Amino acid sequence: MKARVTVTLKSGILDPQGKAIEGALKSLGVDGIASVRQGKVFDIELAATDKAKAEAALKAAADKLLANTVIENYRVEVLS
Amino acid sequence: MKSAVLVFPGINRERDMARALKLASGNETAMVWHAETALPRGTDLVVVPGGFSYGDYLRCGAIAARAPVMDAVRDFAAKGGLVLGVCNGFQILCESGLLPGVLMRNAGLKFVCRDVHMKVERSDTPFTRGYNAGQVIRVPVAHGEGNYEADEETLKRLEGEGRVLYRYCSTDGVVDEASNFNGAAHSIAGIVNERGNVLGMMPHPENHVEEIMGCTDGRGLFAGLVQQFEKAA
Repeated sequence: MKARVTVTLKSGILDPQGKAIEGALKSLGVDGIASVRQGKVFDIELAATDKAKAEAALKAAADKLLANTVIENYRVEVLS
Repeated sequence: MKSAVLVFPGINRERDMARALKLASGNETAMVWHAETALPRGTDLVVVPGGFSYGDYLRCGAIAARAPVMDAVRDFAAKGGLVLGVCNGFQILCESGLLPGVLMRNAGLKFVCRDVHMKVERSDTPFTRGYNAGQVIRVPVAHGEGNYEADEETLKRLEGEGRVLYRYCSTDGVVDEASNFNGAAHSIAGIVNERGNVLGMMPHPENHVEEIMGCTDGRGLFAGLVQQFEKAA
C-alpha cells in the first residue's frame, strides 16, 4: 500500500527558506508568485492492506517523528 | 561530579565537552552510546553535546531525540537530575520534549561560526552559579539553526518564571537587535525547563575553558556545576 505524508509549517511560523525561494523565483521573472512556504513530502510503502490500519500507522509516524507539531501540520493520504 | 556525555552518530563536540568537564571536576567523563538504555550508576550530570547528529536529517536533533538512551535521560530529568544540552544538544532536548520551543533556521539564513557575547541573567541556578548576575561572557557559536522560537504563551512563561538564563548581547551587555545574530525570540541563548534542572543553550562554553583557546569565559558554567555537587555532598 502506498501512502504520502505531507508536512507543512503552521501559518504564522516564519519560513526563511520559503522566503529565499520566493525571492529567487521573483528574480527569475516567474510571474504571479505571491508567496512560497517550504514543506516536506514522505512517500511511504506500507505492509498493511487495511486502509484504516495504514492511516493509524501513518498518523503515529507523523506524531512521533515526521512532524514537529509545535511548528508543523501534517496531512496523511493513502494513495493505493 | 560524575558526568555522562551522550554520543550519537554525527556528534562532533563530545570530546571537547568531556575535556572541559574533566578540567572542572577532575573526574573522567563517561561516554554513553545512544543505543544504551541506562545511564552509568551515580551519574550527577548528563550532557547532550553539539554536532550534527544523523546529519541533521529530517530536523536538527529529531532522530537523536528518539534514541533509546533518551528515555533514560527523561527518567533522570524527572527525578531532578541535571541535564545540559549544547548546540545540537539544545535542539535534541527541544525535540525530545524536555524543553519547550524549537530552534529554527537562523533568520539571516547563514551558518554563523564566531565568538558572541551573552549576558548571564541570574546567578542562583546550578547552571549559572559560577557567574554573577548581569555578567557578560564571550563564547563561540557554530550553528545554522539556532533561532529559538516558541509561541507567545511559552515565551511569556519563560520570562515570567526567570527561565531565560543566557541572552545574546553586545560586548557591553546591551541586549539589542544588532547582537541578536540568529534572530532568536527575546535574544534567547539558553533556557531551563520548568523545574530548572534541564538547560539548553546554543553557544559552546566548553570551547572557552583553557588559556590556549584565547578565552576562559566558559569555565564558570562548569565550575558552578562542580560547586553545586560539592555543596550537596
